Amino acid sequence: MRDFIIKEFKQIFRDYRSMVILFGIPIIQVLLFGFALSLDLNDAHIAVLDRANDEHSKKIIRKLDASSYFIVDTYLQSESEIEALFRKGKVKEVLIFENQFAKKLHNQGHAAVQIIADASDPNTANMTVSYTQAIIANYQQELLTGNTLAMNMKAEPLFFYNPELKSVFMFVPGVITIILLLVSAMMTSISIAREKELGTMEILLVSPIQPFQIILGKVIPYMVLSFINFILILILAFAVFKMPMSGNIPLLMAEALLYILLSLSLGILISTVSNSQQTAMMLSMFALLLPTILLSGFVFPIENMPQILQYLSHIMPSKWFIIIIKDIMLKEAGWREVAFETGILMFETFLFIALSIKKFKIRLA
Amino acid sequence: MNYALEIENLSKAYPSGVKALEHLSCKVEAGSLFGFIGPDGAGKTTLFRILTTLLLPDEGKVNLLGLDLIHDYKKIRQSLGYMPGQFSLYQDLSVEENLNFFAGVFKTNLADNYHLIEDIYKQIEPFKHRRAGKLSGGMKQKLALSCALIHKPQMLFLDEPTTGVDAVSRKEFWQMLHKLRDGGLTIIVSTPYMDEAALCDQVALIQKGKILSINTPQEIIKSFPLQLFALKSTDNYPLLKVLQAEESVHSVWLFGESLHLSLKGNLSIESFEADINRRFPQLTFEVEEIEAGIEDCFMELMYSHGNRS
Repeated sequence: MRDFIIKEFKQIFRDYRSMVILFGIPIIQVLLFGFALSLDLNDAHIAVLDRANDEHSKKIIRKLDASSYFIVDTYLQSESEIEALFRKGKVKEVLIFENQFAKKLHNQGHAAVQIIADASDPNTANMTVSYTQAIIANYQQELLTGNTLAMNMKAEPLFFYNPELKSVFMFVPGVITIILLLVSAMMTSISIAREKELGTMEILLVSPIQPFQIILGKVIPYMVLSFINFILILILAFAVFKMPMSGNIPLLMAEALLYILLSLSLGILISTVSNSQQTAMMLSMFALLLPTILLSGFVFPIENMPQILQYLSHIMPSKWFIIIIKDIMLKEAGWREVAFETGILMFETFLFIALSIKKFKIRLA
Repeated sequence: MNYALEIENLSKAYPSGVKALEHLSCKVEAGSLFGFIGPDGAGKTTLFRILTTLLLPDEGKVNLLGLDLIHDYKKIRQSLGYMPGQFSLYQDLSVEENLNFFAGVFKTNLADNYHLIEDIYKQIEPFKHRRAGKLSGGMKQKLALSCALIHKPQMLFLDEPTTGVDAVSRKEFWQMLHKLRDGGLTIIVSTPYMDEAALCDQVALIQKGKILSINTPQEIIKSFPLQLFALKSTDNYPLLKVLQAEESVHSVWLFGESLHLSLKGNLSIESFEADINRRFPQLTFEVEEIEAGIEDCFMELMYSHGNRS
């Protein structure tokens, strides 16, 4: 069996396509999901029409500019310029401070800033506006702390676990889940199917090697590689996207190993019913990738699905694993909090392994 | 007599309805080189897969090395060497890595059993760091044979080992098989090449899943029932066409440079030759009586069997 594992590693490292699938695709995926699909606001260009040009308006503008969300780079003289500016498309939002902003704020207790957003992209418009509001409110708060008089009361939403509503925090667990499942299941199913296709399985079957030894010989190398993959994605998430790593790391790793084992057993199950690499690949793609993306709650919230799909989503191991890693990474959950989900994953793993050993053919047909 | 393999009434049909093997029986002496000869599609590969425990027969009994093929398959797998028709080693591993791997699978190692394969492996050892996929056809066969022998099997199954191998390598390969046989190994080989039949101790001619004849090559040649003539001509094809149309011709085949002809009944070749010369003066040919070769015997067997069924 040691020979089997060594041989498997050699084959993986020699086949540049496996290497690309194993390490290239995960990294590209994480970066793609993290950057390209990001719903966060980053360096949005805004313009300012500052009629007041006083202490408070200048401070607010500076605050906006200093945040990582906005770049204030256009100063307007009149409202007539706004339309033309939006048409150019570079500026997402225009802020107009009314005359004597500071004075009104001090004397009357309130002053107005008008926010004009380019709503041709409603999502971005919505976000720029709320971020701007938040920054202004924050400034207002700062003013009040210096003041003994409570002047204002306002409701303040607080987003737990992901206070800045960073979508990367949503994507990273989802991407980890999908990549681990896909890479582990696809690679093992393809590699077993390849043995069948090239006829080497014939020789292995005629040898005294046991089915479980063949299966373990396939599982162990991919388990190691998938785990390295997982660590790689974590490091990437931490280094590039500043994902918090406050949770219980050993627990996270143990859960990841369990999930990898589950994916591998799924891959072996797929390979027992497919005789060619093509079939194995297609099966992993359609039977695993699509349901995982659609039903795991990664892209579409499960609560909004029709009842029947909600039931289906309970079968998806990916759904439970996403819950587990989110709990651990963001909520700093301990093993007790994720025990139920872990139990489901364990049960499914045993089920798949038992099924694949049962379905593994000791003969050709 | 000590038989290493006894097949009784073996049948196998595929789900598609194709009958690959029909009521096949034969016995193979221990320590002999036994050949299954037959055209493509005769059922050779199916038979080999059944005998190597890869497929289950529909009916029939097989006793292999004193063990029951179906119930004792685990024991049988330890003492079999099998070389499938398709090149079935890891193409992306080197020659040496393949050997080490298969030695490991059989729980032995290359160093301990080097003497078993030394003769064969020596020839490819200079290329031991080359990937198996990049070897020539002949070298691939030698490597595959080495891998099949590394665990000192008691019985070796070779499914069409010489298909797609050049003439020189084929000859070498058979020399190696003879050497292994002389060392006491029972070897069962299949081939579509009839000329290779003469190199086996015993031959079974197999066609459409049935055995037509089992005998030593010498006996098969002796049993050829007719006189055989070789006809040499500058232009074989028109001659063949003419002879095939003749009533009195039993069979005529093109064999390389000449035509092999046998006549029906007790017709004398002289009168037949004169008759053809008279009616087809444009054809010139020389006639010579020859000993039947093993190929003639198989052609005759297949031909007469084909007529009967």
